[in-house]
Amino acid sequence: MQHSNIFDYKRYRYFKLAVIIILIAFAAYLIFEPAVGHYGGSWLGYSLGTASAALVFLLAWYGVRKRRYRSSGTTQGWLSAHIYLGTALTFLATFHSGLHFGLNIHTVTYGILLVVVVSGFFGNYAYMIYPRLMTENMGEDNLDGLLLRIAESDKMARQIALLMPDDINDTVSRACRETSIGVSLLEQLKGFQPDCPSAMAVQELTMLGNDLPIEHRKLYRDLYSIMVRRESLVRRARQDLMYRARMGFWLYFHVPFAIALLMAMVSHVIAVFFYW
Amino acid sequence: MATSAPKHFNVIIIGAGPSGLSAAVRATEQNVDYLLVEAAPAPASTIRNYQRGKFVMSEPRGLPLRSTLPFTASLRETLLETWEKTITNFNVNVQYDTKVTGLKRGEKLLEVELADGEKLTANHVVLAMGVQGNLRKLEIPGGDLPQIQYQLDDPQAYQNETIVVVGGGDSGVENALALTGRNQIIILNREEDFSNCKDSNLSQLTDARKRGALDWLLETKPQSIEVNTKGEFPITVFANTLNGVERIPCHRVIARLGALPSRPLLESFGVGFSTPDLEALPQLSSHYESSIPGLYIIGALAGYPLIKQGINQGYEVIEYILGNPVEPADSNLLREKFANFCTDRGVEDVLEKIRKSVPLLAMLNTLQLRELVLESNILLPKAGDIIFKRNDYSTTFFFIVEGELDILIDDDDVPDGTLKAGEFFGELALVSGRRRAGTVRASQPCVLIETPRRVMQKLIDSVQSMRRILNEVAIKTIVHLCIGLSLSEKDLNDVANNATLKSYAAGEELFHEGDEADGLYLIQSGSVTVSRMIGGREVVLFYVAAGHYVGEMSLVSGEPRYATVRAAIATEAVLIEAGRMRDIIARNPEIRSELDARYLQHLQDNENRQQLESAFDSNNVASTKSTPSNLISFLIQQGVGEATDVLLIDESLCVRCNHCEQACADTHGGATRLDRDAGPIFANIRVPTSCRHCEHPHCMKDCPPDAIHRAPHGEVYIDDSCIGCGNCQQNCPYDVIQMSVIHDQPEPSIWQMLLGIQPKALPVEDGAKVAVKCDMCKDITGGPVCVRACPVGAALRVKPEELLSYASGHSGDSSLISSDEH
Repeated sequence: MQHSNIFDYKRYRYFKLAVIIILIAFAAYLIFEPAVGHYGGSWLGYSLGTASAALVFLLAWYGVRKRRYRSSGTTQGWLSAHIYLGTALTFLATFHSGLHFGLNIHTVTYGILLVVVVSGFFGNYAYMIYPRLMTENMGEDNLDGLLLRIAESDKMARQIALLMPDDINDTVSRACRETSIGVSLLEQLKGFQPDCPSAMAVQELTMLGNDLPIEHRKLYRDLYSIMVRRESLVRRARQDLMYRARMGFWLYFHVPFAIALLMAMVSHVIAVFFYW
Repeated sequence: MATSAPKHFNVIIIGAGPSGLSAAVRATEQNVDYLLVEAAPAPASTIRNYQRGKFVMSEPRGLPLRSTLPFTASLRETLLETWEKTITNFNVNVQYDTKVTGLKRGEKLLEVELADGEKLTANHVVLAMGVQGNLRKLEIPGGDLPQIQYQLDDPQAYQNETIVVVGGGDSGVENALALTGRNQIIILNREEDFSNCKDSNLSQLTDARKRGALDWLLETKPQSIEVNTKGEFPITVFANTLNGVERIPCHRVIARLGALPSRPLLESFGVGFSTPDLEALPQLSSHYESSIPGLYIIGALAGYPLIKQGINQGYEVIEYILGNPVEPADSNLLREKFANFCTDRGVEDVLEKIRKSVPLLAMLNTLQLRELVLESNILLPKAGDIIFKRNDYSTTFFFIVEGELDILIDDDDVPDGTLKAGEFFGELALVSGRRRAGTVRASQPCVLIETPRRVMQKLIDSVQSMRRILNEVAIKTIVHLCIGLSLSEKDLNDVANNATLKSYAAGEELFHEGDEADGLYLIQSGSVTVSRMIGGREVVLFYVAAGHYVGEMSLVSGEPRYATVRAAIATEAVLIEAGRMRDIIARNPEIRSELDARYLQHLQDNENRQQLESAFDSNNVASTKSTPSNLISFLIQQGVGEATDVLLIDESLCVRCNHCEQACADTHGGATRLDRDAGPIFANIRVPTSCRHCEHPHCMKDCPPDAIHRAPHGEVYIDDSCIGCGNCQQNCPYDVIQMSVIHDQPEPSIWQMLLGIQPKALPVEDGAKVAVKCDMCKDITGGPVCVRACPVGAALRVKPEELLSYASGHSGDSSLISSDEH
């Protein structure tokens, strides 16, 4: 199935636009050099700064646009533009700075801008690889369904284990009690639980089953298969949470820093005009 | 009853529903000697069986109510109370718990036999017993105990009971599920599984049993029910299971065994029907009199399911019996319909004129004609006005009373045919449910009757001759469309008369690869897939929709069938025999060259497809499953074959942001009409739970207020007149309709949108639940919001004709589909 994704949207329309913007800005940067060298206060610097500020607002507006469901046009086009113009913005802001950096609000603004752009790049990467992996991991299931099935396995396993010797019962109830699936963000990002009780329970059961009396054999086989299935369910659920966390993690930088960028940029502009 | 002479009445009214009550009230007013008998212990049992608190509508709105029996749109409870009051006030001569078991025409009188053996005679009998009264009952000892019920009115009314539900169909299972949690439920199913149930019911049922909320016994029939004199449980059900008879003590039995069709009962009375169809309506005169003199049939049983119609007929039928001339209640409405047309004449005259000008309508009786006209629009187009355009998605049917029209099938402005007064058009959209195949334009001032599909369908089901003629014309039209643009009228008629209409179930083969060619198949409704065995497996090459043909390859080459053609959904095809077709080809060089061109094109496409398939096979060994043809097979399995527009989600792009669902909810009163997370996946393509806008929408089948429509561009939508009955939800095989309260959504502020904060919900006013489904955002400029809100372009809407090109990645390469535009 082929149709356009965010990168080749409308035959790379915004990629082309971004390249043109960068080329024009770069050409202007090379051609017009003030006598004192490049700096933000030259007429070219002001132009590039104004263009950058306009772009920042436009890019920030995407955050609003994607939730304005009642507006016309497609969000996909906006996202494609957001990505390419954001990249172009980095160039514009760099030319605007004239590569003058120091310990001041101006450079802080630039630094924040870079954080936003870089986190955005990571977002692109995440959006490119994780959706496919998530589908491979989950198939037609969804997380709620998996959790429900894990809970059901817990119940069934505990019921059977009650009829079994104590060591088996202990192993099973510990696995049901102590298995955790993505409780903290860190655990979600890691995607596994160190010494996972569910995996260990399966290993222990393998050994504990050896010297069971005949009458427990069938129950043991049932229990074993439930625990094996349960372990793979747990693994898939963790995996799904991990992909989700990784796919969304960059937003924890992208959005707050974007807000910070807006504020820093306003301060930067005020500073420039008030302390002429 | 020891009396030898049976009791006699002038009129016996059977059934105390709205129609019967109305007749009884009128008979009281007119001092007629009558008796009203009712099988149930209370009046209006159909309405009594509505769910508690249901709002009963009074459609059709414009129709005046003429009976003394009051009726306005109101709550079920209010309505029942009013009617009971009327029964008391009028001192209606009603006998409850009286079931009629037989009815026949004696020498002079009609003889009515009751369940208790008593016989009654009457000059006239009015049958007004509706269609819900014939619920199948438990015909076992104890089946008439008060603890046995055949409906579940209010599941909340039962607490801490042990309830036996008999019947493994959807209604039984739904009742059982509604009762779980607070009661102990046992289902008795005489089948070996619940395969007759909808999937959603089945999975809920399995879950409920796993939870221990209910239990079932399969291949089990109740044998008898006995009353317990002591103990906690009032009754005991003796059930015949595979392991012998089981005793089940319980509080209550709910038996959901379905309703009996009313036709066998009426036939046992001797009432005549016009067609052998089980759903056909009895033959009636304009005075509601059946083929048995003196026996009148009114209300739902006569094919008038609306309460107000039934009430009016109850009034009218008594007047007719008394020999009083009554103008039917709809006369004023008809007069309004005819406001711009033949104003100088009376309603009856105009109807007569219509009947005379349109032979097809002359087949209808007066009642049917009146109803048809009432439900239709009278159009008065001027010369040059366009009635509908090619590729429009309308399904109405047109009769020409006066004037002439041109048909334009191809893009030039030259008419490809004319339609004259007395003819009709629109029959192809009626059968296929697809887009209009041509444009129709008035060439003179015309008078047209535009009839909704639903009304036509009802008529076709009951008027055999009309069905036959429509079929003949539909065959001719499809022949004309597919191959006959250049055929002479004589040839066209010849082909059409000798063509045969064949029906195929989903999955059935029209012909098999390697068969001898038997002719050309024109797909009239449904769609087919064309497949070949390539490298040991069946590969789908094409998807062919209604309005196109298959089977020309072998006709041209003279070789055996090149591919297998299989119905994707229930399909009807017109077969033109090979001999006749060759004969036509020989005489018509134009058709010959067209078929040749298609043949070559197909060969080319086949070659491309096979290359593509084998390329997929060799390059992509790990995922050989995801070749384009397999993707098509998968989509067709998902019912996409009967879709006109389906939402797909490319899971390899989808970032699970749920903006599609949120956008849908935000623009549609807070309820999303799609479930992104649910639905089968194949090769990264998910078919989410979302409306496919079927060719013949299942949801439209049984909508009491007729609230489901199809917009000109194909969107199937539900309008504001929805009464929340839930029929469409039940009828949808794809589970895409939900019942939901609609309320306006607050618009979030800019900051809320930027930071993704949900705005505070507006206070929810109490609203009734109505059916909601995808309307393809037909009222929103820019198209479906789910697709537009997707930031990554993973959500896409596809028409089945485009499937193949999407699947093989050649977007826009529509030549792969057999969809040569006419």
